Amino acid sequence: MFVYADNAATTSVSKTALDAMLPFLTEYYGNPSSLYSFAQQVTEKVAEARETVARCLGAQPREIYFTSGGSESDNQAIMSAARVGARKNKKHIISTKFEHHAVLHTLKRLEKEGYEVTLLDVHEDGVVRLEDLEAALREDTCLVTIMFANNEIGTVQPIKEIGALCRAKGVPFHTDAVQAVGHMHIDVEEMNIDMLSLSGHKFHAPKGIGALYVRKNIPLFNLIEGGGQERGKRAGTENVAGMAALAAALKESCENIDIVTPRITAMRDRIIAELSKIPHSRLNGHREKRVPGTVNMCFEGIEGEALLLLLDRKGICASSGSACTSGSLDPSHVLLSIGLPHEVAHGSLRLSIGEYTTEEEIDHIVKVVPQVVEYLRNMSPVWDELERGVKPHLI
Amino acid sequence: MALYSEKVMDHFENPRNVGKLADADGVGEVGNAKCGDIMRIYIKVEDGIIVDTKFNTFGCGSAIATSSMATEMIKGKPLEEALKLSNQAVVEALDGLPVQKIHCSVLAEQAVRAAIVDYYEKNGIEYDKEKLAIHDCHDCESCGH
Repeated sequence: MFVYADNAATTSVSKTALDAMLPFLTEYYGNPSSLYSFAQQVTEKVAEARETVARCLGAQPREIYFTSGGSESDNQAIMSAARVGARKNKKHIISTKFEHHAVLHTLKRLEKEGYEVTLLDVHEDGVVRLEDLEAALREDTCLVTIMFANNEIGTVQPIKEIGALCRAKGVPFHTDAVQAVGHMHIDVEEMNIDMLSLSGHKFHAPKGIGALYVRKNIPLFNLIEGGGQERGKRAGTENVAGMAALAAALKESCENIDIVTPRITAMRDRIIAELSKIPHSRLNGHREKRVPGTVNMCFEGIEGEALLLLLDRKGICASSGSACTSGSLDPSHVLLSIGLPHEVAHGSLRLSIGEYTTEEEIDHIVKVVPQVVEYLRNMSPVWDELERGVKPHLI
Repeated sequence: MALYSEKVMDHFENPRNVGKLADADGVGEVGNAKCGDIMRIYIKVEDGIIVDTKFNTFGCGSAIATSSMATEMIKGKPLEEALKLSNQAVVEALDGLPVQKIHCSVLAEQAVRAAIVDYYEKNGIEYDKEKLAIHDCHDCESCGH
């Protein structure tokens, strides 16, 4: 059995998205910047795609800029806000400890350039506290950037309230909504969002296309200089096929949210319930405040990469925040940010399901994961010591 | 290309000598759970020869595979020969490891050494303490634990 349970990493391209993009790879290949009617019909489609994306977010079409994806959107939003801030001598930025690296590494770069960055605690449940944000806001704060939903543990932040607080203080608010768009209802007006990053491949559009929403009164600087595409804010000949696919996929996802969410949530809850029966396991992140499809759990005494390799052999695609999978010797910063000890964080497993996941696939997951955990524990000297009482269980 | 060679995957999925030796003559444990790898190697010694060996490992695929391969390579060998087991030899026997996984093979080499040192200590056998010092995670400053 093959089970794709890594939808937070990427998703398959839907038929709707594929159908929407194909004509622009074959028949309608004109450059939208060209004058002749053959190309102008493509220009119209780009405008339509922008309108669709805007409608899905409760924004105006002129507030939508297509980019190459979430990382570029995050980079542009943050670098631009920092530059705007510097003009007014405001060089303080607030974010959280568990942002995506597209945000954290951009902030690191700004720190080197003399900006001051405050990273808010996300507490044991992976949720930012408004009082922490309020206490961190300063006269010279030029940006608050807080993710909508965390990519590893799936916890959802109080975005509307954060936005309201920022608005009251006159500070622009950006949110990396890559994990939320297409899976949750988002209205930038209602939620007081000034800038929002999204990525197509998280909701069944292809990789390499994303968007940045920027409220119309917020100035925006370029990352990429060149031609006048995207109203002069993002140079480069348009990825028209990607834009059409992103718009089609987003429209479909948003229309289906209310239909698929109860089913995905129920499947997710079944995974949580079943895997929580494994002794010395824990669910990471708030039990309720989470995106529908993401589960992140730790199993004491084992290491995540070994777990993933064995799950792979049983046909299950998943991910982990262990050091061996993070490419460094430290486990994921997200798991450390919610206070997990290193040795526990190494034994993490993220399963992220979606609308194409079936009950049979969940059956397979909840049958195989406990077997693999037990197998690895049986050969683990750490588990041996925990069980013999040489060391105390941490979870 | 896959992350690991077929041999690594074979030793990871079908590890040789996994388990404990209740009547072990020497036990060596190296690594640090904070860094994500701990290896424990048991040896049974008769007339200076490792007649049996087992391992327990907490760690990634390559940590388990290197433990498996290292135990295979010292089984039936005289202690002096087992002490010569180098991490490079383990890596070669596994048809290579990704660069970021080489430390796993070092741990395997050091776990073997630690087990033999433990045997020497228990039996009051003289050995070169400097030459056989254990260099594992505790000497590694990479992750700061």
